[in-house]
Parts: sequence; C-alpha cells; structure tokens
Amino acid sequence: MMSLPIWLPSSRGTVANRESTNARKHERLLSVSWFRVFVFSWCIAGGLLFAAADGLDPSKLLKPLADEWTSYSGDYTGRRYSSLTQINQSNVKTLTLAWVHKMTGAPSAGGGRGRGGFGPPAAQTIIGGEGDGTVVVGDALSVKGSILQVNGVLYVSAPDHAWAVDARDGHELWHYFWKTKGGTHIGNRGLGMWNNYLYMETPDDYLISLDARTGKERWHKEIASFAQQYFSTTAPVVVGNHVLVGTGNDLDAPGFLTSFDPETGAVQWKYYAVPMNPGDPGLETWKSLDASRHGGGQMWLPGSYDPETHLYIVGTGNPTPAYTSQSRGEGENLFTCSIVAINVDTGKMAWYYQTSPHDTHDWDSAQTPVLIDGEINGNPRKLVLTASRNGYYFTLDRTTGERVVSSKFSDTVNWAEPELNKRGQPVRNPAKDYHIAGALVSSANGGATNWPPPAFSPDTGLLYVPTAESYAMYYLTETDPRGAMGLGGKEEIGLNATGTFMTAIDYKTGKIAWKHKYRTAGGGGRGASGLLTTAGKLLFGGDPSGNLVAFDPANGSILWHSAIGQVSNAPQTYMVDGRQYVLAAAGDTLYAFALYQ
Amino acid sequence: MKLEAGASAFFAISAMSVLLAAAALPVRVRAQRRDFPTRPPGEPAAIERGKALYGVNCTFCHGPDIRGGDGGPSLLRAGTVLDDQNGELIAPVVKEGRADRGMPKFNFTDAQIGDIVAFLHSFTAAGYDVSRMKPPSILVGDAKAGAAYFGAKCGSCHSVSGDLKGFAEKFSDDKQLQQNWLMPGSGGRGAAPVRLSVPPTTVTVTLASGEKVEGVLDRIDDFGVSLTAKDGTHRSFRTSGGTPKVEVHDPLQSHRDLLRVYSDKDIHDVTAYLATLK
Repeated sequence: MMSLPIWLPSSRGTVANRESTNARKHERLLSVSWFRVFVFSWCIAGGLLFAAADGLDPSKLLKPLADEWTSYSGDYTGRRYSSLTQINQSNVKTLTLAWVHKMTGAPSAGGGRGRGGFGPPAAQTIIGGEGDGTVVVGDALSVKGSILQVNGVLYVSAPDHAWAVDARDGHELWHYFWKTKGGTHIGNRGLGMWNNYLYMETPDDYLISLDARTGKERWHKEIASFAQQYFSTTAPVVVGNHVLVGTGNDLDAPGFLTSFDPETGAVQWKYYAVPMNPGDPGLETWKSLDASRHGGGQMWLPGSYDPETHLYIVGTGNPTPAYTSQSRGEGENLFTCSIVAINVDTGKMAWYYQTSPHDTHDWDSAQTPVLIDGEINGNPRKLVLTASRNGYYFTLDRTTGERVVSSKFSDTVNWAEPELNKRGQPVRNPAKDYHIAGALVSSANGGATNWPPPAFSPDTGLLYVPTAESYAMYYLTETDPRGAMGLGGKEEIGLNATGTFMTAIDYKTGKIAWKHKYRTAGGGGRGASGLLTTAGKLLFGGDPSGNLVAFDPANGSILWHSAIGQVSNAPQTYMVDGRQYVLAAAGDTLYAFALYQ
Repeated sequence: MKLEAGASAFFAISAMSVLLAAAALPVRVRAQRRDFPTRPPGEPAAIERGKALYGVNCTFCHGPDIRGGDGGPSLLRAGTVLDDQNGELIAPVVKEGRADRGMPKFNFTDAQIGDIVAFLHSFTAAGYDVSRMKPPSILVGDAKAGAAYFGAKCGSCHSVSGDLKGFAEKFSDDKQLQQNWLMPGSGGRGAAPVRLSVPPTTVTVTLASGEKVEGVLDRIDDFGVSLTAKDGTHRSFRTSGGTPKVEVHDPLQSHRDLLRVYSDKDIHDVTAYLATLK
C-alpha cells in the first residue's frame, strides 16, 4: 500500500493569500467606496471558493481510490486499485446490468424527452470552439478515456465532447461540444477536475475549462501550435494548483508538458523533453541542436504523482524522425522514450530513466507509470513500475530513477540484442530497424503494450498488463536521410499474427507470474482494453472479442464476463448511495454493472 | 507515438501526393483523410519567382526541396515556417539573418520575400508522403539459397509445380508477393489485393455425448465457439471449463510458427526464388 500523502503543493490557502495581497495593494489605490465594492466582490469570490467544497477539493485527489474517481487513474498512484469490496470474488457471479447510456455527439436544442420519450428532458448542448463549424470529423464517437465520478456525477469525454451524466442511472445532465479546426481525433483520455472546474484538451490544441455544474465554458487557452501539427488527446492532471497538460505530435516537434493555473489558465511553467537551448542537458546525445529541437518525446498520456517528493512521474514518447534516425545522430536522444520525474513546483526534471535508447521503432515510453511502496530483498522501497511498448518491463526507484529490475515480458519481441546492457536497458539491433527488402520485426507498430492502462494489486504484488505479440515487415522507403519526417520513411505491413494476453508481472523479479492468452480466431488482431483491480480480489479487463471479463488476480481464472462489445477504455468502479458500480465504455455506450438486488 | 491497437499506420498524407501517386503509378491508394488542413494554394507565378530566388540564394544551405542541405536546417519542419501565415515570421529572419546559427542577412525587397514565402508554403509538411516512396527493388536475395530453404521448410506442404505454379504471376508488386507468401492475406499497401486459395480455418467440437460437430470457424473466444457446418447450418456452443472440447485447425499455423524461425536473409532469399515462378 502506498503511504498516504503528507503534503499538497500550493494549497488553496495560497490562493487566498494572493487575494489578500491584492486586496492590500488595492486598498492603497482605491477610494473608500470602490474599496467597498472590491470587498463585496472579494466576498463573492470567497463565497464561490467556499461553495467549491461541494466540487472536488484538490486535497481529495490525494486519497487512495475508493468511492469517487477523481483523476485519470482514479488516484495519483496509477495503480487503478480500488479499495471497494462490495463486489468481490464471492458475489461477482451476480454482477448484473444497472444501466446503459449511449452518448450522442449531435448538438441538441434541449427540451425534448430522452430515452424514447420516457426519460428526462434531453440535455442542452453548449457549443464552443475556434473552428468555423465546417470541419467534419469522420471518426465514430468513442469513449477511450477515464471517466471522473465526483459527488454522484460522471464526467465523460470524447474528442471535442464532454458530458455530465448521473452516476446512478446514466441520464445526461449537460453536453459540451467544441467546434474543431481539425487535428488528429484518435481519442480523448479524460478530464481533469479542480473544485468546480473541469479541464479538457482538444485535438486542435486548446485547454478548455468548464464549470462542472453547468457545462458552461470558463475559458480556453492554446496548448501548442496547431500549424506545427500538434494534437492534444491526453487527460489533464490536477496537482494542487497546477493543471499538468501534455500534448502530441507526429511531425518533428519538441514534446513538452505545460503547467496551467487552474483558476486563470495562465502558464506556470513548461518542461521540454528534449534539449531546446545550447547547454541543455542531453544535448550531447543528439547530432545537433536543430535535431533535438525537432526530436519529439511527447508526453501523450497522463503520469503519476508522488506527493512525498512533489515529483510528477511521466513517460515520454518516441524521438523524431521516428524510424530513419540518421538525422538524430548515433546518441541516445535524451529524454525521449524515458520515464522522467518532474518537480511540480518548478517544472525541472529530477531524474530520468530511458527505456529505449535511440529508439527506431516508435516505442513510446508514454504508458502511465505505476507508483508503489514495495519490498526488494527484504527492504522497503519506493518504486515505480512500467511495462513499455518496446516489450520490456522495468522496476525503478521512484525517488532516484535507479533501475532495480528489468526484463523482457514478450516472447516474440526481436528488435533488440538478447542481453540487456549494464543499466538494464535493451540494446537495439540495427539490422531490425528496417530493410529495403523488409526486416521481420516483433512487435508490429502497436507494440507489446500501448496506451491502455495497466493495474497493480498490493494484495498479489502483481502488475497486470494488456499485452500483444505480433509481427510486421518493416520496409525502408526513404533512402534520402534528409527525407523522412515524423513517422515517415518506412512502410510497415503487419502479418496478421497477433496473440493477445492478460499478463501478470512480479515487480520484484520482472518474471511473469501468470499469463492468459485470449482465445481468438487465427491471427487474432485486436488488442485488449485497459485494466482495473479491486480489494474485492477482482481484475477487470476487456478481451479482444468484445467481452468485459473479471479475473482472479492471483491466478488468471475467469470469474465473470459480459459480451458488451469491444471495451474502448479501462473499466472503472465507484460507489454511490451505498451501491458499488463497475463502469466500462464500449465505443459510444457506457455500461454500468452492480450486484443483483 | 499515437496508435490505437489494431489501427493501421496511415497518417496525414497530402491530397497532392495522393493525386501524384495515383497519376504516376498503376496502384490503388487507400483513402486518406488529412487531419491537418492544407494551406490555400499560392499564386503560381509568385511560387515560380520564389523558386528561382530560392534556387540561387537558399538551396545550398537548405536543399532544393527545403528539407535541409549543407549546414542549413530543414525548413519544411521549422516552426518559423509552419507557424508563418504570410511572411510575418519568415521575413524578419531573411532580412536580419541569424548570426548565432550562421544564417546571413539578405537584401531582398518585400515583394521578393513574399515570393520566397509563397514558394516555401507550396510544400506540404507530412510524415507519410507516398510521392517519396520509391525505394529500389526488394529483390535482393539469393534465389538459389531461397530454393534450398523452400525445399527444406516449405516443400512438405507446397510444390512449385503444383499449388505454387506461376505464383509470381499473381502479383504486380514484389513486396506484395513477399507479404503473401509470409502470410497469405497480409496484403501490402498500394497494390490490388490478390486472393490466394487458402482453405478456411475449421473447428471440431466434441460434445459430452461424444458427438463431433465440425465446420468452418466463424467466431471463437473464451466463452463460446460458432461454426458453419458442411450443410450450411450455423451452430454455436457455449464453452466453459474445457467442455465441450474445441479443436481449431488453422491452415496457416505453420506460417505463424515460422515467423519465429526465419532470418531476414531467409525471407529475402525465398522471395527472390518465388519471384522466378512465372
């Protein structure tokens, strides 16, 4: 069990202090009558802050995952381990459907009756956005992120959409729609929340703040340059009075994380994952400053937070150009494909560990790291665990970044030499980068695991990871080393030979404790969803065939399933009015399960 | 970075390059959607004038295709160029230079700079660019060694005078040939799909009574199996705890298993050999 947080940076008290300082300054400047007006408005502001107690107080974010789901991973640890036990091994067979709700993206005028004319009035759509309304997004509406549950309300997202939904029966409270300028609409990983305010990223690179009570927009701020082809999909993470916002890019642009002020949207700091200026650390691992400034390392998934050290621990993505790496030089290309620890007060990096030095396969290390208090050789250790897209597993010390354990968790992965190096990192075999006539590489581009989040149970000491074993031919298509940008320069053709697994890894040894191969036809193909585990000794995940499945986390035995369709996010759980729900999205539809009553 | 499991790796390709590829090559290009809007086309005459000025003054450092040259960075991916609308970011750099990075000042008129800007903006920045995908032949292997490998590993199921007679004639593209012998149906972008006569995956379900039900596998997961029997009827069975017994017969299982065995040289050799089967 991870120790309870003891410190919260920049508490609301600080905000209040700033207000008082402003008040004092204004006192000298303003006439008495104006001062009265000011005091009056200050009281209103104070009243709002007080009222915010029925929203999400930032201190609640520090609590271990239980009734509410307050951030991307449910709590800061990234374990996705809920302490709820109402649903447990002894009664999971009676888990039954509580409600279903299909999200719709069409702006509604409100007033009509929902649910075939019998439900409550359809929620009014609130429309915002910088687009002119002409951009048509072809993607089907799909919920691929975490859903917040605060005070009995679910906050749901998809690219350009946010909804508030009643957690008891799924009826819609409000819908917000963002008119986009474009950008990659591959998914939205969820919302962040601070008091009564929500935060959402958009594919055209805005951070939007909404009032959680009404869905009305408070402001939106630019995260990154749309013209440089950034696109923003990740869930903002709220820590104290910071909103931590990552972005994405598949051209050649630097990856960065921005800390925004939750009240005003002002930028507090920016952390770049690649060297941006002469003298920056890691520059010696690039061919030139121009190379590192275009070197990628996007933080496109949320990280985890360690309140004891104030470190936000997050994974960085691939270097760019991703495959034809000549223009990057022969070095490690720091700090791409790494786990990095960033001090939330300063935005400065405290440590890093690179999981794929000089990556040439788009092996992001962006997977959400998992923080645990564990034991190694009989000694208590503060650790961070990650199973990387490259097929290798790592246990690191989360205060220093020191490697404790690393291992290969895929049977097929063949892009690296058989032996790890002295630092426990895989060593790339350049013959498996690509070949004009094709190199047979495992994994295919999707990797041995990808964005769907893992889960860790302190009851078993196992990290659960949705994994895949796959092959593809990697053909070099760009023989001019200046030619390739972003993900270009190679053609990758899959070989329809994917096995999909639930894999349980022992963090002490890096060895696989058990592995369930999902039964699929022929080459399989689809991936498995993200995961949830609970103190009820249950492990939930979506299989590649459209089933939501409950496993025994100790041994992988299947205890329950329901064929709801391909689970598109990670299952979650919450408790409202004394009833525990298990919630999963399959495309545009939410399914909530509870014990049969 | 981004990739959904199961999604294909096709990203932004400019409409222009798709058109070019479609015009130049007898291939079918998969429908592409461009995530990021392209700039409105510039005035052709301005682009031509800009190209001439660029050719004399800028090519040496930044390359004729603006992807970088001798010492100068690629302008195609430069933030200054991507963020620029109508020269407001580019013009100051051209006029004032960047002494710290070795970029000299240029004494162009505003109109000339406008032309150069129009030329720079005539390029589309994208990772995947089909127009640039013209690699040399993939037939680099040793056909003789490939014949020997084929005899040792493939000959028990296949014969070049039998099922594989004229195999190479089915394909317009060697990459497609290679993909299809490695794993029939794995395709290859840019070529018309070729249907090989691969027998379907079948399944045998043995019921508690001892009755065996056989057919073509339609669907299978951890909880059930569905098949189409010889008489065309559809049968489905719930499976639990190993009953009924389910045996899947995948005709491509050997192909899947061999993926763990081949070296890249083996693959290239066999492809060179199979390419001779005309």
